[in-house]
Amino acid sequence: MTELATTVEAKELHRQFTEDVMSMPGGEKIKICQQCGTCTGSCPTSYLMDWGPREIIAAFRAGMTDRVVKSNTIWLCTSCYYCTVRCPAGIKITDLMYELKRIAIKYDLVPKESKNPAMTKYFIDSVHRHGRNHEVELMARFMLAKDWGLPFKFMGTGMKLFTAGRLPLGATNIRGREELDKISAYLEAQEAKAK
Amino acid sequence: MRYLYYPGCSAEATGKAYDISTRAVMEKLGVELAELDDWNCCGATSYFSVRELDSFAIAARNLAIAQQMGDDELCVICNACYTTLAKANRYMAEDPKVFEAVQGALGAVGRTYDGNVKVRHIMDILINDVGLEEFGSHVTRRLTGLRVAPYYGCQFSRPMGAFDDVQMPTTMDRLFEATGADVITDFDAKTDCCGGMMMLTRSDAALRLCHELLTCAKQGGADVIVAACPLCEINLEAYQPRVNKTFGTDFDIPVMYFTQLAGLALGVDPKKLAIDKQIVSCDRVVAAIPA
Repeated sequence: MTELATTVEAKELHRQFTEDVMSMPGGEKIKICQQCGTCTGSCPTSYLMDWGPREIIAAFRAGMTDRVVKSNTIWLCTSCYYCTVRCPAGIKITDLMYELKRIAIKYDLVPKESKNPAMTKYFIDSVHRHGRNHEVELMARFMLAKDWGLPFKFMGTGMKLFTAGRLPLGATNIRGREELDKISAYLEAQEAKAK
Repeated sequence: MRYLYYPGCSAEATGKAYDISTRAVMEKLGVELAELDDWNCCGATSYFSVRELDSFAIAARNLAIAQQMGDDELCVICNACYTTLAKANRYMAEDPKVFEAVQGALGAVGRTYDGNVKVRHIMDILINDVGLEEFGSHVTRRLTGLRVAPYYGCQFSRPMGAFDDVQMPTTMDRLFEATGADVITDFDAKTDCCGGMMMLTRSDAALRLCHELLTCAKQGGADVIVAACPLCEINLEAYQPRVNKTFGTDFDIPVMYFTQLAGLALGVDPKKLAIDKQIVSCDRVVAAIPA
């Protein structure tokens, strides 16, 4: 994780996040959050978070986006969508978390203890390589890179799954796997062009 | 009845039994499933961390193929695939910018998609197209006395809510009531999160969630938990020993894909439902069903 050197950088981050949120369909609803806390109360992992989703919205509206992006909160979101379906203001909080993840990765502001970005990276690698996620490859790469202890912790489980034929070593390669690279390349080029 | 069918990546590995039992159940009900040609990973939640549009366009490639095959519906079994694919449709419909970008991306690979292929969860098809009456008429081995905990998980009806309530879904309850099972209709944890991918990235958090779910199922007197998502199923089932070690518990609750248990009620041979692939043995569930 890099440190933001100046308040100018922090302001730029806030400007960009605000722009991104407002361009999301329904993004302007963040302005009518009444801080009821239904999101945090519904969140299955809020007890582990630096800030719960309610506080994330409050801090963002107070211009503290740099601290929001660096919080562990966004990496503890499991995409369960409870906050989203319960928010009385209709704020798509899960989508906000995704947007924050994108900003954190882009500006290299991920807390170093978070393993989620590595998982995401290997997942996408696997999909682009084969056209489908190869679960064994994903788990192996993740464990090798991020958590040497995991294979030992989960050895018993892994052996049972393997014996039951639930961890096939071979991957399925789809015919159109190159299309996925092209789709991503096209969207990346469009994004660059828009700037 | 015939549907185009999207198995999803887990159906080739940890969730094989879901795919196998789905095909067996649908065959028994006289519903033909035709696998989507050259389908790709839906992208799950991963692409949302890179570029939102990628996730929609990657998912939409599948819908473009469905359209090309002349179909206007796609049957999906995994909750996460279902939500990702359906979300691509919804956001394309809601936002012209998304629609245009996805069109452009698909155009770059010589494909086109008009946004009109309906993504259907298999439970939606069973309840609304096959219908409970018709389903019930095929039940040959009633699950009388079997205490079933219906576990929906997160992305079954959240956030889409297309065929069941977002907060209090009941379709799985009703399906198993039609089999004569003793369904735990007040199973409090039925839509709680299993921790998903966090089982690998933050196992402490995921194990705690699984512990709460298993506790709730045990308190309800569950003989078996049924799931509708490969990630839910593996977390609840395969990590039970890990939960026990962490929390000093002694859970040994069979967990099945709901299609496996439904298949048993329809009189399908357990071998055709891949019941031997379960980690917590389901022999006692099979044995408990009156012949």
